[in-house]
Parts: sequence; C-alpha cells; structure tokens
Amino acid sequence: MSWTKKHLLDIESLTAEEIITVLDTARGFKAVGERAIKKVPALRGKTVVNLFVEPSTRTRISFELAAQRLSADIVNFSADASSFKKGETLKDTALNLQALNADFIIIRHGASGAPHFLSRVLDAHVINAGDGAHEHPTQALLDVFTIRERKGKIAGLNVTILGDILYSRVARSDIWALTKLGAKVTLCGPSTLVPKTFEQMGCRVTHDVDEAIRDADIINLLRIQHERQRKTMFPSIGEYTQLFGLNKARLAKTKPDALIMHPGPINRGVEIDSEIADSGRSVILEQVTNGLAVRMAVLFLVNGGKALAEATAS
Amino acid sequence: MPDATVILDATAIQRALTRIAHEIAERNERSAEVALVGIPVGGDHLAARLAKILAGIWNHAVPVGILDTTMHRDDLDQRIAPTVHPTEIPFDVNGKTIVLVDDVLFSGRTTRAAMDALNDFGRPKKIQLAVLIDRGHRDLPIKADFIGKNVPTSLDEKISLLLTEAGAAADQVILKKK
Repeated sequence: MSWTKKHLLDIESLTAEEIITVLDTARGFKAVGERAIKKVPALRGKTVVNLFVEPSTRTRISFELAAQRLSADIVNFSADASSFKKGETLKDTALNLQALNADFIIIRHGASGAPHFLSRVLDAHVINAGDGAHEHPTQALLDVFTIRERKGKIAGLNVTILGDILYSRVARSDIWALTKLGAKVTLCGPSTLVPKTFEQMGCRVTHDVDEAIRDADIINLLRIQHERQRKTMFPSIGEYTQLFGLNKARLAKTKPDALIMHPGPINRGVEIDSEIADSGRSVILEQVTNGLAVRMAVLFLVNGGKALAEATAS
Repeated sequence: MPDATVILDATAIQRALTRIAHEIAERNERSAEVALVGIPVGGDHLAARLAKILAGIWNHAVPVGILDTTMHRDDLDQRIAPTVHPTEIPFDVNGKTIVLVDDVLFSGRTTRAAMDALNDFGRPKKIQLAVLIDRGHRDLPIKADFIGKNVPTSLDEKISLLLTEAGAAADQVILKKK
C-alpha cells in the first residue's frame, strides 16, 4: 500500500488501491482532530497556497485547517481581491506564487482542467479543489470515507445520487470513486439535469425518484447549481422540490438504515426537508469532519509522492 | 529464502517478554503509574502481551495504548508517505510512567518520533523504552531500558518480527540479507 502521485488532480486517474490508501491514511488523521493538541509536525516548514479563483467557504476553510494541523503555513488567495481582476493569467499568478516558494497549490477554478494545466507548468504539488463541472476529488474521497466508516464497506452498496448531475463536479468524482470501489450507482433528477449519457460511466439513470431511493443504502443529495446554469433547466424550484425533494413521505419508503448525505451548502426546503437534514439519518456534518481528515491525508500523501519523483529522476 | 535465520522462536520470544516484564516491575515500584504504549507495526502486539504478563505480576490491569509515529518522522520529505496507523491512547498520560514498546531498535529515529508524538497527549512523568531486539547502528543518543536480545547486525541485514496476532503461523524473529 503506497501512494506515488505528486498531485491530486482527479479521481478518474486513481486506482481503487490508491483511493483505499487515502481512506486508510485519513483514519489516522481523523484521530488527530480529536486530541487536545490537534497538530502534528508532518509538513512543518512547508507553504501551502489556497488559490481559489472561484468562491468557496467550506472547502477553503477545510484545506486551511488541514494544512495548519500538519504544521504548514498557508496563505489564501481569492479571485475578487486579486490580480485576476487586473488581467493577469492563471499561469502568471501561479508562477508568482511558486516564486514565493509555495510547496502546494490548492486550486479551485471555474474552468475544467485548470489544475491539470497548473501541474504541467509548476514544480509545486497541485491539488484540485474543484474545477468547473469536471471533478472535485477531495469531496468524493470524503464521501467514500464517510460511507465506509458508517457501513463498513463500499462494494455492493446501492448509492443514489439525486439532483443536479449535469453541472456537478461532485457527482462526477463520486461516480468515479464509487464505481471503482464496487458500489452500484443510480443517478436521479430531472431529465434535463440527468442525461442518459451518464450510463457510459457505469451508472443507472432514472427519473423516478421513489424508485431510485427505494433500495438505496446511501442517498446523496446535490444542490441545484443556479450559478452554473445558463438557462433554466426545469420549470421552477417549487416543482423541483415537489418532484425530487427528499421529504418525510419519500424517506418513509426507503430502507430504514439508508443514510442521507449532502456536500453542502444545503438548501433547506428545496432538495431536502429541514427535519431530515437534522435527523439521525443525516451524516452531513460528519462529512465536514471527515473532509478535514481526508484533506490532511491528501497533503501528507502527495508530499511523499514528490520524493519519489525526485528519486526516480536522479 | 536461503539466508534467512531464525534468531528467536516462539518460546524464546515469550521468555524474553517475561523477563522484560519482570524488569519493568522491578524498576517501577509504583505499578499504578505505569502504562504501556506500543509502536505499530509489531510493538502494539508486544505491548499487549507485556501488559498481560505484568497484570499477573502486579495483580491489576495495566493500561495499554498504541502510538503511531509516522506524522512525527523526520524523513517525510525523503520517502514515499509511510502507512499511517490509528493511534489509541485510552488513558491520561500526565504523571504516568510510559513504557514505549517497539519490536526492533535500530537508528533510534522512531523512538525520537514516538517521544515527540507522546508529548502531544500530555506530559508523562517518565518515559522508558522496551524493545524485543536491539540491532545497534544508532543515529541518535537513544538507549533502551529493557532489551529482549542484543543482535549485532550489518546494515544490509533486515530483521522481521512475525506474530500470530498479525496473521503469522508462528511467532518468530527472522534475520535476513536484504
């Protein structure tokens, strides 16, 4: 069991063994967060840059705390307060950050492939914190970590992802991670947001929510991403809630031990009934806790990946 | 493998652990203050075995913990990230005499990392070190308090501890050329 990659760019290029390595490593780091002293010296003296060209609060804070708990220094760089407004290109911004000897660049960007591009022009480790509608690998890793911790396994579980799949990088990363680990993935939502083409990724696609969640062990709800939709993909929020929102009546028809997940931020009363979000069936806040552990594990593992790259080069 | 030598068999391992347990008991009169902390992989199982023997000597249970040292290593930049094992310290280390238990004492760097890691849990009154094998070649000024067997080695040799708890057919310590 070992990790040899210098970057974390996507889930698609990871093997099942590599995903399991992250999950096993994260287990050790989760315990660090439960101690009185929540800090270990693993990345002491390293510099981490949060390059968030697209706004985010929870992912940025999660990476920030993860870096700090590993004793690294971290600076935040956000689009609205930066030189992007003055016309600097992504490459120039990144090279400037590297000139400050940044060891890790964590990037969130509206364009799919931006982290891959940076990994080709920088020496630093690049970690994808979400690129366009492409991938959000650490979200998928924390999702499978949470599922494995609660259910004891991933293989053979029925996982239903419900909501805006078309515009969701979380959905794509989740689908890759879950299918690689042997889960059976069902996608459900309005036909405009859940096209049949996703069957090519090894999923089942349905537009009947009651059928989609009936046998599910995990129901993963996704937010409707208004900001990514160029035109209205369904008639109204009210109609979406009525047809696809998770309410008590629908939940009553699911397996009694089915867990409810959501990457956040949740829209109470839209994709999820407020009481369900606060119920014992919901693991939404556990996902946040686990996200921190998973991001610590990712930083720790890619740091070792660089040593290997240098060893093989010399 | 032709160059593999068994340096301790199951009986010898058990005898060494029994002796170490008696030495720990002799050194520490206040038995209630003693807790064992094993370093994975290997030391965690040895700590559990020592605790069982000590419980028989002292007639009370001895707290046992597991301490992962990977996050405190000093060579993280020079190698592929090591496997992180869960740490479980189910007792307050403050004021305790902590006996660190490891399978093989070599460079001493793991012991140093373990002492650092332990500090994150509090301030033990004392830290002592028990190892099943001391193979020499220290990089740091570290010395074990309790040693099962001294085994002079060369740097191209490797010592492995096989235990039934970890799935081995029989308890053994093996020395082989790399």
